[in-house]
Amino acid sequence: MTRTTRTRRLGAGLTAALALSLSLAACGSDDTEATTGAPTELGENEGQVSILAWPGYVEDGSNDPAVDWVSSFEEETGCEVTTKVYGTSDEAFNLAKSGDYDVVVASGDLTLRLIASGEAAEVNTDLVPNYEKVFDFLKDKEWNTVDGKNYGVPHGYGANLLMYNADVMDEPTSWDVVFEKGSAYQGKVTAYDSPIYIADAAMYLMATQPDLGITNPYALDEDQLAAAVDLLKAQRENIGEYWSDYLKEASAFKTGDSVVGTTWQVIANVIDQPNIKVTIPSEGVTGWNDTWMVSSQAENVNCAYAWLNHIEDPKINAAATEYFGEAPNSAEACEYASSPDFCATFKAGDEEFANKIWYWRTPIAECLDGRTDVECTDYSDWTKAWTEIKG
Amino acid sequence: MTLSPLARRALVVVTGLVLLVMYAPLLLVVVNSFNTDPSMTWPPTGLTTEWWGRAADSVGARDAVLTSVKVALGATAIALVLGTMLALALQRFSFYGKNTVNLLVILPIALPGIVTGIALNNAFRGILAVDLTIGTVIVAHATFCIVTVFNNAIARLRRMGGNLEEASADLGAGVWTTFRLVTFPQLRSALLAGGLLSFALSFDEIIVTTFTAGNGTETLPIWILNNLFRPNQAPVVSVVAVVLILVSVVPIWLAQRITGDTETAR
Amino acid sequence: MTPTPVRTDRTAPAPPTSGGAVARRMSSVLTRFAWMRLILLLAAPLTWLVLIYIVALAALLVTALWSVDSFTGELSRSLTVDNLREVATEPLYRTVALRTVGVALLVTLIDVAIALPIAFYMGKVASPRARRLLVVAVLTPLWASYLVKAFAWRSLLSQDGLVDWALGPIGLHTPGYGLTGVVITQAYIWLPYVILPIYAGMERVPGSLIEAAGDLGASTATTLRTVVLPLLVPSIVAGSIFSFSLTLGDYITVNIVGGASQMLGNLVFTNVGAANNLPLAAAIALIPIVIMLGYLAAVRRTGALDRL
Repeated sequence: MTRTTRTRRLGAGLTAALALSLSLAACGSDDTEATTGAPTELGENEGQVSILAWPGYVEDGSNDPAVDWVSSFEEETGCEVTTKVYGTSDEAFNLAKSGDYDVVVASGDLTLRLIASGEAAEVNTDLVPNYEKVFDFLKDKEWNTVDGKNYGVPHGYGANLLMYNADVMDEPTSWDVVFEKGSAYQGKVTAYDSPIYIADAAMYLMATQPDLGITNPYALDEDQLAAAVDLLKAQRENIGEYWSDYLKEASAFKTGDSVVGTTWQVIANVIDQPNIKVTIPSEGVTGWNDTWMVSSQAENVNCAYAWLNHIEDPKINAAATEYFGEAPNSAEACEYASSPDFCATFKAGDEEFANKIWYWRTPIAECLDGRTDVECTDYSDWTKAWTEIKG
Repeated sequence: MTLSPLARRALVVVTGLVLLVMYAPLLLVVVNSFNTDPSMTWPPTGLTTEWWGRAADSVGARDAVLTSVKVALGATAIALVLGTMLALALQRFSFYGKNTVNLLVILPIALPGIVTGIALNNAFRGILAVDLTIGTVIVAHATFCIVTVFNNAIARLRRMGGNLEEASADLGAGVWTTFRLVTFPQLRSALLAGGLLSFALSFDEIIVTTFTAGNGTETLPIWILNNLFRPNQAPVVSVVAVVLILVSVVPIWLAQRITGDTETAR
Repeated sequence: MTPTPVRTDRTAPAPPTSGGAVARRMSSVLTRFAWMRLILLLAAPLTWLVLIYIVALAALLVTALWSVDSFTGELSRSLTVDNLREVATEPLYRTVALRTVGVALLVTLIDVAIALPIAFYMGKVASPRARRLLVVAVLTPLWASYLVKAFAWRSLLSQDGLVDWALGPIGLHTPGYGLTGVVITQAYIWLPYVILPIYAGMERVPGSLIEAAGDLGASTATTLRTVVLPLLVPSIVAGSIFSFSLTLGDYITVNIVGGASQMLGNLVFTNVGAANNLPLAAAIALIPIVIMLGYLAAVRRTGALDRL
């Protein structure tokens, strides 16, 4: 008798707990205060600013004492900088949503997502005096301007290069060393660990399988995506490691566990070994075009704008872009570069070259190449495909 | 037990080999804390004490150790109280649902850390809408540390039997007095062992911590994770690890002495 | 037995202050009604566990029924079984789950195989002094950071690392980064967690039983097999709970030495972080939850749950 009463009580208790959790889950919280509008004037600096950035963008001398453009900022403005480094745009999107960061530097595949989700605030470029020095062809682009409203200031643009170990191979001229010819380096090929890498495969297919009809590596219909996925699944056999942490790739190349794969110039700089080199293969390159943005949940808006102005200063921009290995955002920056060939190497100001890089864009169902007869795959399709590829 | 000399020698050799394999990576860490090349290469390119100097000056490492100690102490304190209460309840009474409660206590440590981590993260950020701070980390750690204290306490309680408590009650001592003067002194060493293991668990925990520590809380494992691959910081991380090992030998040894030969330092 | 302590105890509450009287009344009520003591003891810990842990778990599982907009990352709270269906039907999850369980089994087997002889030596053969030293020796690596140990293995397993250097003379190479590396590293890191319960269980095996077996003519091997091992089953299972649980959810070791491989922990982690898809992550997290709950239910009868 008591047992059944107790059972009933236990059952009632469990049901209550479940109901409680369901209702609690349903009434989850949303944003605190988020302001997506831009300020009309600046006030006092708050004393600190937190920045979410790619590695090498916010250097304070702790990696290399000679590489530091944060200390000067902190002295001039009194805003103490805390940085969080991220490895992929996906990681950054997740981190930015927490609202913990005042400033976010985002590549083109992230900016529109931040704007659409309300994470990015409109930027009043009048409050960033150095903005006027920026190259015109970087301003008001589709990834940083929506409906005529500016959501950030440009940083620079660069390409995903091919890094190789010169002790093991001659300079490759094609991306086939990581695709079809990758079996020669079984277990030592590396690739970027993000669904956006599918675009690199698509770009390769543009040159090697033209009858697929790919005109924009970010506008892939189902068949084109399937072809890219097949290529990447074949590549998977030869992959030793995927990398999202730039230092992990650096350590793998140094020890010889990776000998060829996608990279950023800054990683080759960090490795700093004569036998590890980079090159641009014939099929072309994907790349990124970065924008400094202000979070809609920023607590230190004035320091945020102060940072934006500081990083847009041609002298600072030159230092930052030269360290990372990308083209700067203004002609004046070239004068401050430490290496005289800097701007020539990265084709700064070369609008034609800049237009040839396939900048990271978020794939959406509405085909980015303008096709209206088919529906293109969107980023969630790419994300699913990516986990399948890794297997 | 009488073993043939051959069996005995074989056992010693096996034990020795296992210990060798257990300590070889740790020795590598020690060697690398002196390696001139910041990436952990073998054989070491040279020896230097530079990293030890840098570690001594490292503010980040010191703050991280302090944060970890705070979290571990907080979590252990909560776990000690709750674990003891649970052990007393489950050992001294029999009631319907006892097995369920037992399962409930074990669940936080039996389910993988990432599950606990994302569940708590979702609960803190989504449902309760609190910021992730050192408090949320302590709460998370206490939850899975309860079981270590619980297991030690209940094992000891089983061994103790209830006679002394009954005698104390017969002699007129109240409930709290009995606990304070009779039960607790006998439980003490078991609680110490459980508390020590709980401290160790919390100190080294990374997965649940990643999900419950906000931007501002940096425990030692988080600091290590952030600095592990950085070429100029990796050797400093090795130094910190070596110091941890050396420092930990003392409390482990002490715990062993205190708990005596009848129990392990658990 | 001496009257003195009794007298002290009796005289202690003599002056009847109001506080003392209340305490005494409470105490006598509590002594009379055992269930009140039980409730008092259970209230705080159960509230803690249920409110903080169970509700959080339940909320997570409810999240598995939601979905997320891939472009904006907005959580949509309308119920859907899409995620559950995807996890149940897509071959990827089956492959990764099997792979993870396989690794967990392998790691458990290796660890138990290593732990048994060493626990036997520590528990039954070594002198008390040696035993204490050995316990300290086994416990100390627990204090070396898990991350540092995993990273040390990354260095050991790399090209021209220590393993390469050691295996060179016999013509073998390092297995490099991959599942083998993961198995080795995880077996290494979880080993103390497996040794401890087995050693505790070994201590509880009465020496008299072993001697009796010997007196009855059993060889060492037979004694170990038929007397010691059956008694150790709960402890072995307890150790295996640790190694299983740790492997099923681990993603950090896989990131450090796993090369391009993925395990369940990685799938959950990528979906929570990079892919921004908490509902799918929650759905995937159901797999290890179900596995562990099933395992716990299965081993409950062996009494292993008391030996953790």
